[in-house]
Amino acid sequence: MLKFDNIFKWFCFGCAALAGLLMLGFFIQLAAAGSEAWRTFGLGFVTSARWNPAEQQFGALPAITGTLATTAIALVIALPLAFAAALFLTEAPPVVGGVLGHAVDLLAAIPSVIYGMWGLFVLAPLMQEHVQPFLADTLGLGGLSFIGTEYNGFGLLTAGLILALMILPYICAVMRDVFIMTPAVLRESAYGIGCTRYEVTIDIVMRYGIRGILGGVFIGLGRALGETMAVLFVIGNVTSMPENLFDSATTIAATLANNFAEADGLERSALFALGLVLLAMSFGIQAAAQYYLHLTGARRGEKC
Amino acid sequence: MLKKNLFPRKCKDRALKVFAAAAVAAAVGAMLWILTTVAIRGFSSIGMEFFFNSTRPFGVPGGGIANALLGTLLITAGAALIAVPPAVAAGIWLAEFRDHRQLAALLRFSANVLMGTPSVLVGLFVYMILVVPTGNFSGLAASAALAVIMFPVILRTTEDMLGMVPDALRESALALGMTRTRATLAVVCKSARKGLLTGILLSLSRVSGETAPLLFTAMFSDAWPTGYFSEPTANLPVLITEYATNSPFESMHRMGWGAALTVTVLVLLINLGTRIIFREKHHGH
Repeated sequence: MLKFDNIFKWFCFGCAALAGLLMLGFFIQLAAAGSEAWRTFGLGFVTSARWNPAEQQFGALPAITGTLATTAIALVIALPLAFAAALFLTEAPPVVGGVLGHAVDLLAAIPSVIYGMWGLFVLAPLMQEHVQPFLADTLGLGGLSFIGTEYNGFGLLTAGLILALMILPYICAVMRDVFIMTPAVLRESAYGIGCTRYEVTIDIVMRYGIRGILGGVFIGLGRALGETMAVLFVIGNVTSMPENLFDSATTIAATLANNFAEADGLERSALFALGLVLLAMSFGIQAAAQYYLHLTGARRGEKC
Repeated sequence: MLKKNLFPRKCKDRALKVFAAAAVAAAVGAMLWILTTVAIRGFSSIGMEFFFNSTRPFGVPGGGIANALLGTLLITAGAALIAVPPAVAAGIWLAEFRDHRQLAALLRFSANVLMGTPSVLVGLFVYMILVVPTGNFSGLAASAALAVIMFPVILRTTEDMLGMVPDALRESALALGMTRTRATLAVVCKSARKGLLTGILLSLSRVSGETAPLLFTAMFSDAWPTGYFSEPTANLPVLITEYATNSPFESMHRMGWGAALTVTVLVLLINLGTRIIFREKHHGH
Protein backbone atom coordinates (compact mmCIF):
# COMPACT_ATOMS: atom_id res chain seq x y z
CA MET A 1 0.00 0.00 0.00
CA LEU A 2 2.81 2.38 0.83
CA LYS A 3 4.20 1.78 -2.61
CA PHE A 4 0.91 2.85 -4.17
CA ASP A 5 1.04 5.99 -2.08
CA ASN A 6 4.39 6.80 -3.58
CA ILE A 7 3.13 6.24 -7.10
CA PHE A 8 0.21 8.57 -6.43
CA LYS A 9 2.51 11.20 -5.04
CA TRP A 10 4.85 11.03 -8.01
CA PHE A 11 1.92 11.11 -10.41
CA CYS A 12 0.63 14.26 -8.75
CA PHE A 13 4.10 15.76 -8.81
CA GLY A 14 4.46 14.98 -12.50
CA CYS A 15 1.21 16.77 -13.22
CA ALA A 16 2.26 19.77 -11.16
CA ALA A 17 5.58 19.84 -12.97
CA LEU A 18 3.58 20.17 -16.20
CA ALA A 19 2.88 23.77 -15.23
CA GLY A 20 6.58 24.58 -15.22
CA LEU A 21 7.28 22.50 -18.32
CA LEU A 22 4.49 24.20 -20.27
CA MET A 23 5.90 27.58 -19.31
CA LEU A 24 9.36 26.56 -20.52
CA GLY A 25 7.87 24.87 -23.57
CA PHE A 26 6.21 28.09 -24.68
CA PHE A 27 9.48 29.96 -24.68
CA ILE A 28 11.45 27.17 -26.33
CA GLN A 29 8.92 26.44 -29.06
CA LEU A 30 8.32 30.06 -29.97
CA ALA A 31 12.05 30.83 -29.93
CA ALA A 32 12.82 27.80 -32.08
CA ALA A 33 10.05 28.48 -34.59
CA GLY A 34 11.06 32.11 -34.89
CA SER A 35 14.80 31.47 -35.04
CA GLU A 36 14.99 32.10 -38.79
CA ALA A 37 13.59 35.59 -38.36
CA TRP A 38 15.89 36.33 -35.43
CA ARG A 39 18.89 35.17 -37.47
CA THR A 40 17.87 37.26 -40.49
CA PHE A 41 16.97 40.49 -38.73
CA GLY A 42 18.68 40.20 -35.38
CA LEU A 43 17.48 42.58 -32.69
CA GLY A 44 16.64 45.03 -35.47
CA PHE A 45 13.45 43.01 -35.79
CA VAL A 46 12.06 44.76 -32.75
CA THR A 47 13.03 48.27 -33.89
CA SER A 48 12.27 48.11 -37.59
CA ALA A 49 8.97 49.64 -38.68
CA ARG A 50 8.79 47.96 -42.07
CA TRP A 51 6.54 44.95 -42.52
CA ASN A 52 6.42 44.07 -46.17
CA PRO A 53 5.91 40.43 -47.17
CA ALA A 54 6.54 41.22 -50.84
CA GLU A 55 10.08 42.40 -50.05
CA GLN A 56 10.55 39.83 -47.27
CA GLN A 57 11.11 42.69 -44.83
CA PHE A 58 9.68 42.16 -41.39
CA GLY A 59 9.84 44.56 -38.47
CA ALA A 60 7.85 44.31 -35.28
CA LEU A 61 7.65 47.96 -34.34
CA PRO A 62 4.20 48.77 -35.80
CA ALA A 63 2.62 45.78 -34.05
CA ILE A 64 4.42 46.52 -30.79
CA THR A 65 3.37 50.17 -30.94
CA GLY A 66 -0.22 49.20 -31.65
CA THR A 67 -0.21 46.75 -28.76
CA LEU A 68 1.20 49.29 -26.33
CA ALA A 69 -1.07 52.08 -27.58
CA THR A 70 -4.32 50.09 -27.33
CA THR A 71 -3.27 48.78 -23.92
CA ALA A 72 -2.49 52.30 -22.72
CA ILE A 73 -5.84 53.65 -23.95
CA ALA A 74 -7.66 50.75 -22.33
CA LEU A 75 -5.90 51.28 -19.00
CA VAL A 76 -6.46 55.05 -18.97
CA ILE A 77 -10.19 54.47 -19.46
CA ALA A 78 -10.66 51.34 -17.37
CA LEU A 79 -8.53 52.20 -14.35
CA PRO A 80 -10.54 55.12 -12.89
CA LEU A 81 -13.80 53.38 -13.78
CA ALA A 82 -12.73 50.12 -12.14
CA PHE A 83 -11.49 51.96 -9.07
CA ALA A 84 -14.72 53.90 -8.65
CA ALA A 85 -16.88 50.89 -9.41
CA ALA A 86 -15.00 48.78 -6.85
CA LEU A 87 -15.48 51.55 -4.31
CA PHE A 88 -19.21 51.73 -5.02
CA LEU A 89 -19.61 47.96 -4.82
CA THR A 90 -17.78 47.61 -1.49
CA GLU A 91 -19.64 50.52 0.12
CA ALA A 92 -23.09 49.74 -1.25
CA PRO A 93 -25.63 47.75 0.80
CA PRO A 94 -24.79 44.03 0.49
CA VAL A 95 -27.79 43.12 -1.68
CA VAL A 96 -27.26 45.94 -4.18
CA GLY A 97 -23.51 45.41 -4.15
CA GLY A 98 -23.91 41.68 -4.66
CA VAL A 99 -26.26 41.93 -7.62
CA LEU A 100 -24.32 44.71 -9.34
CA GLY A 101 -21.05 42.93 -8.57
CA HIS A 102 -22.28 39.84 -10.36
CA ALA A 103 -23.45 42.03 -13.23
CA VAL A 104 -19.98 43.55 -13.57
CA ASP A 105 -18.43 40.08 -13.36
CA LEU A 106 -20.63 39.01 -16.27
CA LEU A 107 -18.63 41.39 -18.46
CA ALA A 108 -15.68 39.05 -17.93
CA ALA A 109 -17.74 36.01 -18.87
CA ILE A 110 -18.78 37.29 -22.31
CA PRO A 111 -16.49 35.64 -24.90
CA SER A 112 -14.08 37.98 -26.65
CA VAL A 113 -15.43 37.13 -30.09
CA ILE A 114 -18.80 38.54 -29.00
CA TYR A 115 -17.09 41.78 -28.01
CA GLY A 116 -15.47 41.75 -31.43
CA MET A 117 -18.73 41.30 -33.26
CA TRP A 118 -20.45 43.96 -31.18
CA GLY A 119 -17.52 46.27 -31.82
CA LEU A 120 -17.64 45.65 -35.55
CA PHE A 121 -21.37 46.05 -36.08
CA VAL A 122 -22.39 48.41 -33.27
CA LEU A 123 -19.49 50.35 -31.78
CA ALA A 124 -17.46 51.07 -34.93
CA PRO A 125 -20.38 52.65 -36.84
CA LEU A 126 -21.29 54.60 -33.73
CA MET A 127 -17.72 55.86 -33.41
CA GLN A 128 -17.65 56.84 -37.06
CA GLU A 129 -20.96 58.66 -37.12
CA HIS A 130 -21.07 60.28 -33.72
CA VAL A 131 -18.08 59.98 -31.41
CA GLN A 132 -15.21 60.69 -33.75
CA PRO A 133 -16.88 63.64 -35.54
CA PHE A 134 -17.75 65.01 -32.11
CA LEU A 135 -14.19 64.71 -30.87
CA ALA A 136 -12.51 65.92 -34.03
CA ASP A 137 -14.89 68.60 -35.29
CA THR A 138 -17.25 69.74 -32.57
CA LEU A 139 -14.62 69.86 -29.84
CA GLY A 140 -12.00 70.88 -32.38
CA LEU A 141 -9.51 68.30 -31.14
CA GLY A 142 -8.77 67.25 -34.72
CA GLY A 143 -6.06 69.88 -34.85
CA LEU A 144 -4.03 67.99 -32.26
CA SER A 145 -1.51 65.80 -34.03
CA PHE A 146 -2.24 62.70 -31.94
CA ILE A 147 -5.96 62.76 -32.69
CA GLY A 148 -6.26 63.45 -36.40
CA THR A 149 -9.11 64.48 -38.64
CA GLU A 150 -9.57 61.37 -40.71
CA TYR A 151 -11.62 58.60 -39.24
CA ASN A 152 -13.60 55.58 -40.33
CA GLY A 153 -14.73 54.10 -37.05
CA PHE A 154 -11.90 51.59 -36.86
CA GLY A 155 -8.52 52.08 -35.28
CA LEU A 156 -6.65 52.45 -32.01
CA LEU A 157 -9.31 54.37 -30.11
CA THR A 158 -12.14 51.94 -30.88
CA ALA A 159 -9.96 48.96 -30.00
CA GLY A 160 -8.85 50.66 -26.79
CA LEU A 161 -12.46 51.32 -25.80
CA ILE A 162 -13.46 47.69 -26.25
CA LEU A 163 -10.36 46.53 -24.39
CA ALA A 164 -11.24 48.90 -21.55
CA LEU A 165 -14.64 47.22 -21.22
CA MET A 166 -13.04 43.79 -21.27
CA ILE A 167 -10.39 44.43 -18.61
CA LEU A 168 -12.61 46.50 -16.32
CA PRO A 169 -14.16 43.51 -14.50
CA TYR A 170 -10.73 41.95 -13.85
CA ILE A 171 -9.26 45.12 -12.35
CA CYS A 172 -12.49 45.79 -10.47
CA ALA A 173 -12.46 42.29 -8.92
CA VAL A 174 -8.89 42.65 -7.63
CA MET A 175 -9.61 46.12 -6.26
CA ARG A 176 -12.74 44.93 -4.47
CA ASP A 177 -10.67 42.30 -2.70
CA VAL A 178 -8.13 44.92 -1.72
CA PHE A 179 -10.75 47.37 -0.44
CA ILE A 180 -12.41 44.69 1.66
CA MET A 181 -9.02 43.87 3.15
CA THR A 182 -8.52 47.38 4.57
CA PRO A 183 -9.01 46.93 8.32
CA ALA A 184 -12.29 48.44 9.47
CA VAL A 185 -10.47 50.01 12.44
CA LEU A 186 -8.36 52.18 10.15
CA ARG A 187 -11.35 53.31 8.15
CA GLU A 188 -13.49 53.99 11.17
CA SER A 189 -10.75 55.94 12.91
CA ALA A 190 -10.50 58.17 9.86
CA TYR A 191 -14.25 58.74 9.84
CA GLY A 192 -14.00 59.35 13.56
CA ILE A 193 -11.67 62.32 13.16
CA GLY A 194 -14.03 63.82 10.62
CA CYS A 195 -12.69 62.66 7.25
CA THR A 196 -15.06 62.61 4.32
CA ARG A 197 -15.53 59.44 2.32
CA TYR A 198 -13.32 60.94 -0.41
CA GLU A 199 -10.50 61.48 2.05
CA VAL A 200 -10.87 58.02 3.56
CA THR A 201 -10.71 56.53 0.07
CA ILE A 202 -7.68 58.44 -1.12
CA ASP A 203 -5.67 58.65 2.10
CA ILE A 204 -6.55 55.38 3.82
CA VAL A 205 -7.95 52.73 1.51
CA MET A 206 -5.77 53.57 -1.47
CA ARG A 207 -2.60 53.97 0.59
CA TYR A 208 -3.24 50.75 2.40
CA GLY A 209 -3.98 48.73 -0.70
CA ILE A 210 -1.66 50.39 -3.21
CA ARG A 211 0.25 47.19 -3.90
CA GLY A 212 -2.92 45.24 -4.48
CA ILE A 213 -4.15 47.97 -6.78
CA LEU A 214 -0.87 47.73 -8.70
CA GLY A 215 -1.38 43.97 -8.91
CA GLY A 216 -4.84 44.58 -10.36
CA VAL A 217 -3.41 47.04 -12.86
CA PHE A 218 -0.89 44.47 -14.03
CA ILE A 219 -3.58 41.80 -14.34
CA GLY A 220 -5.60 44.15 -16.52
CA LEU A 221 -2.50 45.05 -18.51
CA GLY A 222 -1.76 41.41 -19.20
CA ARG A 223 -5.31 40.83 -20.43
CA ALA A 224 -5.23 43.86 -22.70
CA LEU A 225 -1.84 42.99 -24.20
CA GLY A 226 -2.80 39.56 -25.39
CA GLU A 227 -6.43 40.07 -26.35
CA THR A 228 -6.91 38.94 -29.92
CA MET A 229 -10.41 38.66 -31.29
CA ALA A 230 -12.01 41.83 -29.97
CA VAL A 231 -9.08 43.86 -31.26
CA LEU A 232 -8.84 42.01 -34.56
CA PHE A 233 -12.40 43.00 -35.48
CA VAL A 234 -12.05 46.73 -34.94
CA ILE A 235 -8.42 47.80 -35.26
CA GLY A 236 -8.33 47.86 -39.05
CA ASN A 237 -5.32 45.53 -39.40
CA VAL A 238 -2.87 47.84 -41.13
CA THR A 239 0.75 46.93 -40.59
CA SER A 240 2.26 50.39 -40.55
CA MET A 241 3.13 52.84 -37.83
CA PRO A 242 -0.07 54.47 -36.53
CA GLU A 243 0.13 58.27 -36.55
CA ASN A 244 -2.80 59.17 -34.36
CA LEU A 245 -5.59 57.75 -32.24
CA PHE A 246 -8.02 57.41 -35.15
CA ASP A 247 -5.52 55.57 -37.33
CA SER A 248 -6.00 51.97 -38.27
CA ALA A 249 -3.21 49.87 -36.84
CA THR A 250 -2.54 46.35 -35.65
CA THR A 251 -1.42 44.61 -32.50
CA ILE A 252 0.86 41.62 -32.10
CA ALA A 253 -2.02 39.28 -31.33
CA ALA A 254 -4.14 40.61 -34.18
CA THR A 255 -1.23 40.28 -36.63
CA LEU A 256 -0.77 36.66 -35.59
CA ALA A 257 -4.44 35.80 -36.03
CA ASN A 258 -4.80 37.75 -39.26
CA ASN A 259 -1.68 36.72 -41.18
CA PHE A 260 -0.85 33.26 -39.93
CA ALA A 261 -2.98 31.24 -42.33
CA GLU A 262 -1.44 32.71 -45.48
CA ALA A 263 2.11 33.07 -44.22
CA ASP A 264 4.97 30.71 -44.93
CA GLY A 265 8.75 30.70 -44.90
CA LEU A 266 10.33 33.80 -43.45
CA GLU A 267 7.00 35.51 -42.78
CA ARG A 268 5.76 32.62 -40.68
CA SER A 269 9.03 32.64 -38.79
CA ALA A 270 8.64 36.38 -38.25
CA LEU A 271 5.16 35.77 -36.85
CA PHE A 272 6.58 33.31 -34.35
CA ALA A 273 9.22 35.88 -33.45
CA LEU A 274 6.38 38.36 -32.83
CA GLY A 275 4.77 35.71 -30.65
CA LEU A 276 7.96 35.47 -28.62
CA VAL A 277 7.97 39.24 -28.12
CA LEU A 278 4.38 39.09 -26.87
CA LEU A 279 5.21 36.15 -24.61
CA ALA A 280 8.14 38.03 -23.09
CA MET A 281 5.97 41.12 -22.50
CA SER A 282 3.18 39.12 -20.94
CA PHE A 283 5.61 37.12 -18.81
CA GLY A 284 7.14 40.31 -17.42
CA ILE A 285 3.75 41.77 -16.61
CA GLN A 286 2.43 38.58 -15.02
CA ALA A 287 5.56 38.30 -12.92
CA ALA A 288 5.06 41.88 -11.73
CA ALA A 289 1.39 41.21 -11.01
CA GLN A 290 2.26 38.11 -8.97
CA TYR A 291 4.92 40.02 -7.09
CA TYR A 292 2.56 42.80 -6.02
CA LEU A 293 -0.35 40.49 -5.24
CA HIS A 294 2.03 38.31 -3.24
CA LEU A 295 3.15 41.37 -1.27
CA THR A 296 -0.43 42.25 -0.33
CA GLY A 297 -1.10 38.65 0.55
CA ALA A 298 1.94 38.60 2.83
CA ARG A 299 0.86 41.86 4.39
CA ARG A 300 -2.59 40.51 5.08
CA GLY A 301 -0.98 37.52 6.72
CA GLU A 302 0.92 39.79 9.10
CA LYS A 303 -2.09 41.80 10.12
CA CYS A 304 -4.47 38.98 10.82
CA MET B 1 -13.98 80.02 8.23
CA LEU B 2 -14.89 76.49 9.07
CA LYS B 3 -17.57 76.55 6.37
CA LYS B 4 -15.11 77.77 3.77
CA ASN B 5 -12.94 74.79 4.59
CA LEU B 6 -15.72 72.28 4.49
CA PHE B 7 -17.27 73.22 1.16
CA PRO B 8 -14.56 71.93 -1.22
CA ARG B 9 -14.21 68.78 0.84
CA LYS B 10 -17.91 68.10 0.59
CA CYS B 11 -17.81 68.83 -3.14
CA LYS B 12 -15.01 66.33 -3.70
CA ASP B 13 -16.85 63.77 -1.64
CA ARG B 14 -20.06 64.25 -3.60
CA ALA B 15 -18.17 64.14 -6.90
CA LEU B 16 -16.54 60.84 -5.97
CA LYS B 17 -19.91 59.33 -5.07
CA VAL B 18 -21.47 60.42 -8.34
CA PHE B 19 -18.48 59.18 -10.32
CA ALA B 20 -18.55 55.82 -8.54
CA ALA B 21 -22.24 55.32 -9.30
CA ALA B 22 -21.66 56.40 -12.89
CA ALA B 23 -18.80 53.90 -13.25
CA VAL B 24 -20.96 51.00 -12.12
CA ALA B 25 -23.79 52.22 -14.34
CA ALA B 26 -21.41 52.37 -17.31
CA ALA B 27 -20.09 48.86 -16.73
CA VAL B 28 -23.50 47.30 -16.16
CA GLY B 29 -25.00 49.34 -18.99
CA ALA B 30 -22.34 48.16 -21.42
CA MET B 31 -22.92 44.58 -20.35
CA LEU B 32 -26.68 44.88 -20.93
CA TRP B 33 -26.11 46.70 -24.22
CA ILE B 34 -23.91 43.92 -25.58
CA LEU B 35 -26.20 41.15 -24.40
CA THR B 36 -29.39 42.76 -25.73
CA THR B 37 -27.72 43.47 -29.09
CA VAL B 38 -26.71 39.83 -29.37
CA ALA B 39 -30.15 38.64 -28.24
CA ILE B 40 -32.14 40.88 -30.60
CA ARG B 41 -29.99 40.39 -33.68
CA GLY B 42 -29.41 36.71 -33.04
CA PHE B 43 -32.98 35.79 -32.29
CA SER B 44 -34.26 36.48 -35.79
CA SER B 45 -32.04 33.84 -37.39
CA ILE B 46 -32.82 31.08 -34.92
CA GLY B 47 -35.18 28.31 -35.97
CA MET B 48 -35.41 24.61 -36.63
CA GLU B 49 -33.27 24.78 -39.75
CA PHE B 50 -30.65 26.81 -37.89
CA PHE B 51 -30.08 24.15 -35.25
CA PHE B 52 -30.41 21.02 -37.37
CA ASN B 53 -28.70 21.80 -40.67
CA SER B 54 -25.02 22.00 -41.34
CA THR B 55 -23.31 25.14 -42.66
CA ARG B 56 -23.11 25.69 -46.40
CA PRO B 57 -20.14 27.00 -48.39
CA PHE B 58 -19.78 30.75 -48.86
CA GLY B 59 -22.51 32.25 -50.98
CA VAL B 60 -24.84 29.26 -50.88
CA PRO B 61 -27.99 30.41 -49.09
CA GLY B 62 -29.71 28.49 -46.31
CA GLY B 63 -28.15 26.03 -43.94
CA GLY B 64 -27.67 26.16 -40.20
CA ILE B 65 -24.94 25.86 -37.63
CA ALA B 66 -25.53 22.33 -36.36
CA ASN B 67 -22.10 21.03 -37.36
CA ALA B 68 -20.34 23.96 -35.71
CA LEU B 69 -22.39 23.59 -32.53
CA LEU B 70 -21.61 19.88 -32.39
CA GLY B 71 -17.94 20.61 -33.12
CA THR B 72 -17.76 23.15 -30.31
CA LEU B 73 -19.33 20.70 -27.87
CA LEU B 74 -16.89 17.95 -28.94
CA ILE B 75 -13.85 20.22 -28.71
CA THR B 76 -14.86 21.56 -25.30
CA ALA B 77 -15.65 18.11 -23.92
CA GLY B 78 -12.33 16.84 -25.28
CA ALA B 79 -10.53 19.72 -23.59
CA ALA B 80 -12.18 18.88 -20.27
CA LEU B 81 -11.19 15.21 -20.60
CA ILE B 82 -7.58 16.15 -21.32
CA ALA B 83 -7.22 18.92 -18.74
CA VAL B 84 -9.21 17.89 -15.67
CA PRO B 85 -7.34 14.79 -14.38
CA PRO B 86 -3.81 16.21 -14.54
CA ALA B 87 -4.92 19.63 -13.33
CA VAL B 88 -6.68 18.22 -10.28
CA ALA B 89 -3.70 15.95 -9.55
CA ALA B 90 -1.36 18.92 -9.84
CA GLY B 91 -3.56 20.91 -7.48
CA ILE B 92 -3.46 18.00 -5.04
CA TRP B 93 0.32 17.98 -5.11
CA LEU B 94 0.53 21.71 -4.40
CA ALA B 95 -2.03 21.59 -1.60
CA GLU B 96 -1.37 18.22 0.05
CA PHE B 97 2.29 17.33 -0.35
CA ARG B 98 4.05 20.26 1.19
CA ASP B 99 7.57 18.92 1.48
CA HIS B 100 9.15 20.98 -1.31
CA ARG B 101 8.04 24.50 -0.55
CA GLN B 102 10.31 26.33 -2.95
CA LEU B 103 9.58 24.03 -5.84
CA ALA B 104 5.87 24.37 -5.09
CA ALA B 105 6.17 28.15 -5.06
CA LEU B 106 7.93 28.04 -8.43
CA LEU B 107 5.25 25.83 -9.96
CA ARG B 108 2.50 27.98 -8.46
CA PHE B 109 4.14 30.99 -10.04
CA SER B 110 4.32 29.18 -13.39
CA ALA B 111 0.65 28.34 -13.19
CA ASN B 112 -0.24 31.94 -12.40
CA VAL B 113 1.83 33.18 -15.31
CA LEU B 114 0.30 30.54 -17.59
CA MET B 115 -3.16 31.77 -16.60
CA GLY B 116 -2.27 35.20 -17.93
CA THR B 117 -0.58 33.99 -21.10
CA PRO B 118 -2.45 35.26 -24.16
CA SER B 119 -4.60 32.53 -25.67
CA VAL B 120 -3.33 33.32 -29.15
CA LEU B 121 0.12 32.13 -28.04
CA VAL B 122 -1.39 28.90 -26.77
CA GLY B 123 -2.71 28.48 -30.31
CA LEU B 124 0.77 28.98 -31.78
CA PHE B 125 2.30 26.58 -29.26
CA VAL B 126 -0.16 23.78 -29.94
CA TYR B 127 0.15 24.42 -33.66
CA MET B 128 3.87 23.73 -33.32
CA ILE B 129 3.60 20.62 -31.19
CA LEU B 130 0.47 18.98 -32.64
CA VAL B 131 -0.50 20.40 -36.03
CA VAL B 132 2.96 20.54 -37.61
CA PRO B 133 4.06 16.99 -36.62
CA THR B 134 0.76 15.34 -37.61
CA GLY B 135 0.46 17.43 -40.75
CA ASN B 136 -3.19 18.40 -40.34
CA PHE B 137 -5.49 20.63 -38.38
CA SER B 138 -7.83 18.75 -36.10
CA GLY B 139 -10.46 19.09 -33.43
CA LEU B 140 -8.15 17.15 -31.13
CA ALA B 141 -5.46 19.83 -31.46
CA ALA B 142 -8.11 22.41 -30.60
CA SER B 143 -9.08 20.40 -27.51
CA ALA B 144 -5.43 20.27 -26.50
CA ALA B 145 -5.12 24.04 -26.89
CA LEU B 146 -8.20 24.67 -24.76
CA ALA B 147 -6.88 22.12 -22.25
CA VAL B 148 -3.64 24.12 -21.94
CA ILE B 149 -5.75 27.18 -21.12
CA MET B 150 -7.89 25.28 -18.60
CA PHE B 151 -5.01 23.51 -16.88
CA PRO B 152 -3.62 26.36 -14.74
CA VAL B 153 -7.09 27.64 -13.86
CA ILE B 154 -8.26 24.28 -12.53
CA LEU B 155 -4.91 23.72 -10.84
CA ARG B 156 -5.13 26.95 -8.87
CA THR B 157 -8.79 26.56 -7.87
CA THR B 158 -8.15 22.96 -6.82
CA GLU B 159 -5.26 24.07 -4.64
CA ASP B 160 -7.29 26.88 -3.09
CA MET B 161 -10.30 24.66 -2.44
CA LEU B 162 -8.23 21.87 -0.88
CA GLY B 163 -6.46 24.48 1.21
CA MET B 164 -9.78 25.36 2.81
CA VAL B 165 -10.34 21.80 4.03
CA PRO B 166 -9.52 21.73 7.76
CA ASP B 167 -6.44 19.73 8.76
CA ALA B 168 -8.47 17.89 11.40
CA LEU B 169 -10.25 16.08 8.58
CA ARG B 170 -6.96 14.88 7.07
CA GLU B 171 -5.65 13.78 10.42
CA SER B 172 -8.83 11.90 11.30
CA ALA B 173 -8.74 10.06 8.00
CA LEU B 174 -5.10 9.08 8.49
CA ALA B 175 -5.79 8.09 12.09
CA LEU B 176 -8.41 5.67 10.85
CA GLY B 177 -5.60 3.92 9.04
CA MET B 178 -6.34 5.13 5.55
CA THR B 179 -3.45 5.43 3.16
CA ARG B 180 -2.48 8.93 2.12
CA THR B 181 -3.97 8.35 -1.33
CA ARG B 182 -7.30 7.23 -0.01
CA ALA B 183 -7.44 9.98 2.60
CA THR B 184 -6.76 12.56 -0.08
CA LEU B 185 -9.19 11.27 -2.66
CA ALA B 186 -12.02 9.92 -0.51
CA VAL B 187 -11.99 12.47 2.30
CA VAL B 188 -10.21 15.70 1.39
CA CYS B 189 -11.25 15.90 -2.27
CA LYS B 190 -14.70 14.68 -1.50
CA SER B 191 -15.32 17.34 1.08
CA ALA B 192 -14.11 19.99 -1.36
CA ARG B 193 -15.97 18.57 -4.34
CA LYS B 194 -18.29 21.52 -4.84
CA GLY B 195 -15.37 23.89 -5.01
CA LEU B 196 -13.53 21.62 -7.42
CA LEU B 197 -16.58 21.35 -9.65
CA THR B 198 -16.98 25.13 -9.60
CA GLY B 199 -13.41 25.62 -10.76
CA ILE B 200 -13.80 23.07 -13.53
CA LEU B 201 -17.10 24.46 -14.80
CA LEU B 202 -15.96 28.08 -14.69
CA SER B 203 -12.84 27.25 -16.66
CA LEU B 204 -15.04 25.32 -19.10
CA SER B 205 -17.29 28.34 -19.58
CA ARG B 206 -14.24 30.47 -20.16
CA VAL B 207 -12.76 28.27 -22.88
CA SER B 208 -15.98 27.39 -24.67
CA GLY B 209 -16.10 30.85 -26.22
CA GLU B 210 -12.36 31.01 -26.78
CA THR B 211 -11.55 31.78 -30.40
CA ALA B 212 -7.94 32.72 -31.04
CA PRO B 213 -6.34 29.29 -30.39
CA LEU B 214 -8.93 27.58 -32.60
CA LEU B 215 -7.80 29.63 -35.60
CA PHE B 216 -4.48 27.77 -35.48
CA THR B 217 -5.77 24.34 -34.52
CA ALA B 218 -9.36 23.50 -35.50
CA MET B 219 -9.69 25.90 -38.44
CA PHE B 220 -13.14 25.52 -39.94
CA SER B 221 -15.05 23.26 -42.28
CA ASP B 222 -18.57 22.94 -43.59
CA ALA B 223 -18.60 19.20 -42.89
CA TRP B 224 -19.99 17.44 -39.84
CA PRO B 225 -17.28 16.98 -37.21
CA THR B 226 -16.60 13.33 -38.09
CA GLY B 227 -12.90 14.02 -38.58
CA TYR B 228 -12.37 15.24 -35.04
CA PHE B 229 -9.04 13.43 -34.76
CA SER B 230 -7.55 14.27 -38.13
CA GLU B 231 -9.41 16.98 -40.02
CA PRO B 232 -10.35 20.64 -39.64
CA THR B 233 -13.39 20.71 -37.39
CA ALA B 234 -16.31 23.12 -37.52
CA ASN B 235 -16.83 25.24 -34.40
CA LEU B 236 -18.91 28.24 -33.41
CA PRO B 237 -16.27 30.85 -32.50
CA VAL B 238 -14.41 30.51 -35.80
CA LEU B 239 -17.73 30.46 -37.64
CA ILE B 240 -18.62 33.80 -36.05
CA THR B 241 -15.24 35.25 -37.00
CA GLU B 242 -15.47 34.03 -40.59
CA TYR B 243 -19.06 35.09 -41.13
CA ALA B 244 -18.65 38.48 -39.52
CA THR B 245 -15.35 39.60 -41.04
CA ASN B 246 -14.82 37.73 -44.29
CA SER B 247 -18.29 37.72 -45.75
CA PRO B 248 -20.11 40.41 -47.71
CA PHE B 249 -23.45 38.58 -47.44
CA GLU B 250 -26.10 39.99 -45.15
CA SER B 251 -27.55 36.51 -44.63
CA MET B 252 -24.21 35.27 -43.33
CA HIS B 253 -23.96 38.19 -40.92
CA ARG B 254 -27.38 37.15 -39.62
CA MET B 255 -26.19 33.58 -39.19
CA GLY B 256 -23.15 34.96 -37.40
CA TRP B 257 -25.39 36.79 -34.92
CA GLY B 258 -27.39 33.61 -34.41
CA ALA B 259 -24.18 31.71 -33.69
CA ALA B 260 -23.07 34.52 -31.38
CA LEU B 261 -26.32 34.22 -29.46
CA THR B 262 -25.86 30.44 -29.20
CA VAL B 263 -22.31 30.77 -27.86
CA THR B 264 -23.31 33.49 -25.42
CA VAL B 265 -26.22 31.48 -24.07
CA LEU B 266 -23.99 28.40 -23.74
CA VAL B 267 -21.26 30.30 -21.89
CA LEU B 268 -23.58 32.26 -19.62
CA LEU B 269 -25.63 29.16 -18.78
CA ILE B 270 -22.55 27.33 -17.54
CA ASN B 271 -21.21 30.42 -15.82
CA LEU B 272 -24.39 31.49 -14.02
CA GLY B 273 -25.37 27.91 -13.24
CA THR B 274 -22.02 27.37 -11.57
CA ARG B 275 -22.24 30.54 -9.54
CA ILE B 276 -25.62 29.46 -8.20
CA ILE B 277 -24.16 26.13 -7.11
CA PHE B 278 -21.30 27.98 -5.47
CA ARG B 279 -23.62 30.32 -3.62
CA GLU B 280 -25.50 27.37 -2.20
CA LYS B 281 -22.24 26.20 -0.75
CA HIS B 282 -21.76 29.50 1.05
CA HIS B 283 -25.24 29.28 2.54
CA GLY B 284 -24.49 25.76 3.72
CA HIS B 285 -21.58 26.93 5.84
